[in-house]
Amino acid sequence: MTGLLSYLCFFATVALSYGVATLGLNLQWGSAGLFNVGVAGFAGVGAYAAAWITAAPAAAHWGGFAAPIALGWLGAMLAAALVAAVIGAVTLRLRADYLAITTFGAAVTLQLLALDLTALTGGPFGIAFIPKPFEALADRPLAFGAANLALAAAVTAAAFLALERLTQSPWGRVLRALREDEAAAASLGKAPARFRLQAFVIGAALIGLSGAMQAQFFGFIAPDNYLPVFTFQVWVMLVVGGAGNNRGALLGAVAVWALWTLSGTALALLLPGFWQARGAALRVVAIGVVLAATLLARPRGLIGERATVSRHVAQAGG
Amino acid sequence: MIGQILIDGITSGAMIGLGAIGLTLTCGLLRFANFAQGEFATWGAYFALLIAGALGGAAPLGPLTFGWPLLAALLISMGLTALLAWSLDAVLFRRLRRHGNAIVLVIASFGASLALRSAVEFLFGPEPYYYSRDIAMTLRLAPGMRATADQLVVLALALVLMLAMHLLLARTPLGRAMRAVSENPDLARLAGIDAARVVRATWLLGGALAAAAGVFLGVTVQVRPAMGFELLLPLFAAAILGGIGSVPGAMVGGLVIGIAEAAAVPLAGAQYRAAVAFVVMLAMLLVRPRGLFGGRAA
Repeated sequence: MTGLLSYLCFFATVALSYGVATLGLNLQWGSAGLFNVGVAGFAGVGAYAAAWITAAPAAAHWGGFAAPIALGWLGAMLAAALVAAVIGAVTLRLRADYLAITTFGAAVTLQLLALDLTALTGGPFGIAFIPKPFEALADRPLAFGAANLALAAAVTAAAFLALERLTQSPWGRVLRALREDEAAAASLGKAPARFRLQAFVIGAALIGLSGAMQAQFFGFIAPDNYLPVFTFQVWVMLVVGGAGNNRGALLGAVAVWALWTLSGTALALLLPGFWQARGAALRVVAIGVVLAATLLARPRGLIGERATVSRHVAQAGG
Repeated sequence: MIGQILIDGITSGAMIGLGAIGLTLTCGLLRFANFAQGEFATWGAYFALLIAGALGGAAPLGPLTFGWPLLAALLISMGLTALLAWSLDAVLFRRLRRHGNAIVLVIASFGASLALRSAVEFLFGPEPYYYSRDIAMTLRLAPGMRATADQLVVLALALVLMLAMHLLLARTPLGRAMRAVSENPDLARLAGIDAARVVRATWLLGGALAAAAGVFLGVTVQVRPAMGFELLLPLFAAAILGGIGSVPGAMVGGLVIGIAEAAAVPLAGAQYRAAVAFVVMLAMLLVRPRGLFGGRAA
């Protein structure tokens, strides 16, 4: 029973860490209409930054400052934001599908760097022994799991509330206006490039934070974690949950992560021995079918974007 | 050294160009970047692997490592992959086009690409396959310039396919219709062109050519589940370099990317191949987004 409960805690913790990335992507895509296919790249930058800052010194990789985890997560957000500022400054003026291709290319390049710059990143073997939060509780699995879950929930809630405020603020309205009709918004004196870059950078910081959370909860990272499959997972979470809605983003993260975990277990049980090693591939096919079915049958997702009008209009009964 | 870079670059560039033709056509015609294009090459290579295996072993032709079964498999695989590309459109993209948001199509193609690649990995496993276990004979073309007979035949076949594609677009009524729809869909429809037929032809041709690229890649390198995925950035780079919608542009763009990659290997190391295509593409998008041949602007 304790085993199942602590497993559920771990499951929810990971699901919430994906939720933070989905919230970040939702700000970029759902609010600003920025088509980022490099989610894995930003998560990887955050994960490596957090690992460098918080891990103990090691010969196999750079960094190892053994700093507190909070500092590591802050550093992860900053690093991802910085990388996003550089990539965004170059690519955000491109049309949506070119932005998709270039962010995809940037993520592929970042992953190649993580593989190749062995002195910095530990190469294909990655970085191990990243300290976990509440390690003092590690011999009591349930308390350890619950404490980690509480931490993940607190961070997710903070990100959610901040984004709710941001998207309902005038700043969020400008983003949506730019997404719907750039010329009209620009004619009202809003600078499209600046607002887009801000949304891109804040979203990437959240995706970087999500990468850092996962690095810390798993205690181990490697370049293989940041392949396009990661990007794909976060996109499916957002599309299934409902782009443009922060609640939808979180719901999608939990639902898709549950589906992902359950399908893994189901395939392990159902597939005969020889095929089991390849079950992971079948899981990606299944998630791909879920994405296609959602796009076809329910393009708004589980809970889509609400129509937002000014509360003054709403009060006036308009 | 230079000669070797050229011959290696041109061979891989011809394959990139073949794959990029379908990409630039769907991108120009349907206005969306198809992330699944690389997987058509993967599926083409595996279709050919199955068919050549079923046809059985025959003596290799001359100095080549493969015999007529692989050539027959190439043709059948091109047909099968064309059908695969067309059915992906029928099942997924055509329905999404009705909703009208081009970006949704890109997300769907991203998902389709991962699903197609993972399906191959599930069925065949992650390990590489070879069409033949024979050692390819190396010919000395000039001092410091070597190529295998396989490489040269593949290059020749790729050029023949490109020429055929060019003639089809330039000389036939179907080609004229395709160019018209790419140029201005509404006007083409007013002129009585059957847009659905043009879209179908685009998927069939793009799938077939990508399959050929995949088989050629399998002959000269190996057959792996990730081969098409690794081709994806070079394909996009070639299409953007040549100008979206331009078929000659995609061919030339492919050659440029192939040579740039081959030239970068001694400088940066083979592990950065994919990054080279990305950097060239980025530079092109920033400096001249219309591409070398003045296709549609980015």
